[in-house]
Amino acid sequence: MSAKTKDRLATAGLYVIVGIIITVLAGLLGFVFVKGIPQLSWQFITTPPQIFKEGGGVGPQLFNSFYLLVLTLMIAVPIAIGAGIYLAEYARDHWIIRCIRVLIEVLSSLPSIVVGLFGFLFFVLYMGWGFSILSGAFALSLFNLPLLVRVVEQSICNIPKSQREAGWALGFSKWETITTIILPAALPGIVTGVILASGRVFGEAAALIYTAGMSTPIIDFTNWNPLSPTSPLNPFRPAETLAVHIWKINGEGIMPDAAAISDGAAALLIISILFFNFTSRFIGNWMFKKMGAN
Amino acid sequence: MNVVESIERSVIQTEDLQFYYNTHHALKNINLKFEEKKITALIGPSGCGKSTFLRTMNRMNDLIPGVRTEGAIWIGNENITEPSIDPVELRKKVGMVFQHASVFPFSIYENIAYGPRTHGERNKKVLDEIVEENLRAAALWDEVKDHLDHPATGLSGGQQQRLTIARTLATKPEILLMDEPTSALDPISTAKVEDLIRTLKERYTIIIVTHNMQQAARISDFTAFFLNGEVKEYGQTATLFTNPLFSETKDYIAGKFG
Repeated sequence: MSAKTKDRLATAGLYVIVGIIITVLAGLLGFVFVKGIPQLSWQFITTPPQIFKEGGGVGPQLFNSFYLLVLTLMIAVPIAIGAGIYLAEYARDHWIIRCIRVLIEVLSSLPSIVVGLFGFLFFVLYMGWGFSILSGAFALSLFNLPLLVRVVEQSICNIPKSQREAGWALGFSKWETITTIILPAALPGIVTGVILASGRVFGEAAALIYTAGMSTPIIDFTNWNPLSPTSPLNPFRPAETLAVHIWKINGEGIMPDAAAISDGAAALLIISILFFNFTSRFIGNWMFKKMGAN
Repeated sequence: MNVVESIERSVIQTEDLQFYYNTHHALKNINLKFEEKKITALIGPSGCGKSTFLRTMNRMNDLIPGVRTEGAIWIGNENITEPSIDPVELRKKVGMVFQHASVFPFSIYENIAYGPRTHGERNKKVLDEIVEENLRAAALWDEVKDHLDHPATGLSGGQQQRLTIARTLATKPEILLMDEPTSALDPISTAKVEDLIRTLKERYTIIIVTHNMQQAARISDFTAFFLNGEVKEYGQTATLFTNPLFSETKDYIAGKFG
């Protein structure tokens, strides 16, 4: 077989593989959207669920998902950036550092249910936070830290050494070089990592069942005092997320339209993740441009 | 090594400078003086230590693990190899331009304003002036004045190199170290950067590492020939190129090795 034929075959093979991936993805999304989008309405995404009747919504669950995401990122992103900077810029090649890297790998392959059970024992019981958004946010931070740390470290390592030397040669300290040159340049990569983690937070159910809980108390969306028990912002209330809700009504939903609600919620979940991806990318690009142009 | 008798005012002087990468003795007994507001070229085959030597003068080598410096480098009346010298402060005084123009992924304006701002200058008007002054000094102003807000990465290679020179000038150095600043450029851009280096001599003491013999001959006043971590020969460029003392110098200049 000539090199040219081989080349053509390889190209065709790659197209077929890409085609399969796209078909599977389009099929999955199409299925979820075709079944789910007809269920969506303003009333569906704003009202609380009904237990025995038809016509309930997923308003509080949707809010819980977003709130949990924000809290998780607030906890995990600063830690991940700190750890990533350390591993990329300060850590020397040493057996302790190698151990840390192995531990991060191990942590990233922990099943989410195990993280959930650890969260239950530590945050819910030992720390005494009960089933709460805060317990859930910490469990999910733990779950996502390895991924985030690795992404931050990689993004920083991808910045060429010449940029660091240029910063040092201009009389910037190591810290100034990192914060004013390396981090802005690494930002698009870091944002991509945060998006990946966000998708995992949004779609995670197993780690939340035992931490954030499977119920949502009656909350009053006009009460924004985080200390009040009926406020949506209270981090110490239980909070069932959209993904947990889907799991729950599929198992034990007794409302007559459980299947329809589950379809609608699934579509909503995917739309939310897509929305979050696009806005994060937009914000990342915008920040990058702004730092360059001000 | 012949001592250059004609040097009147030296701004940098090295005294028995030794440099080691772990056990590798990379610089041996370097005793050099550099005259104020002149261009000194460092030439020699790859691996001879000329870049390493350049990097000892702004202590860029400090950032490599396992290195050791002995001897002294006097800049003014300070020995900059002393641990008490803050390398960050030193590098403001001793600027460096690299082989590959590493512009920051920001706007042209921001590339220049970055140093002064990080070093504490917040006044927008002052920063505007610094940007204009240094872009003019780097002979780049006329080419970029209408799009200072454009990303610097969109400039040509030669423009990027002049931008990094402007950026270095903005931190107000007294000495400029250049590590093969034109080796990645085309001949036209090289000519522009060389013109620039020649005009910069009026205000700065310049030490330039180059692999290009013609370039060393064209722009430098003094030349030091490095071989195997030692200074084999040092003298006025005209003398060293036309009448070298050592056969190695002659062979290297003639292109017989290296």
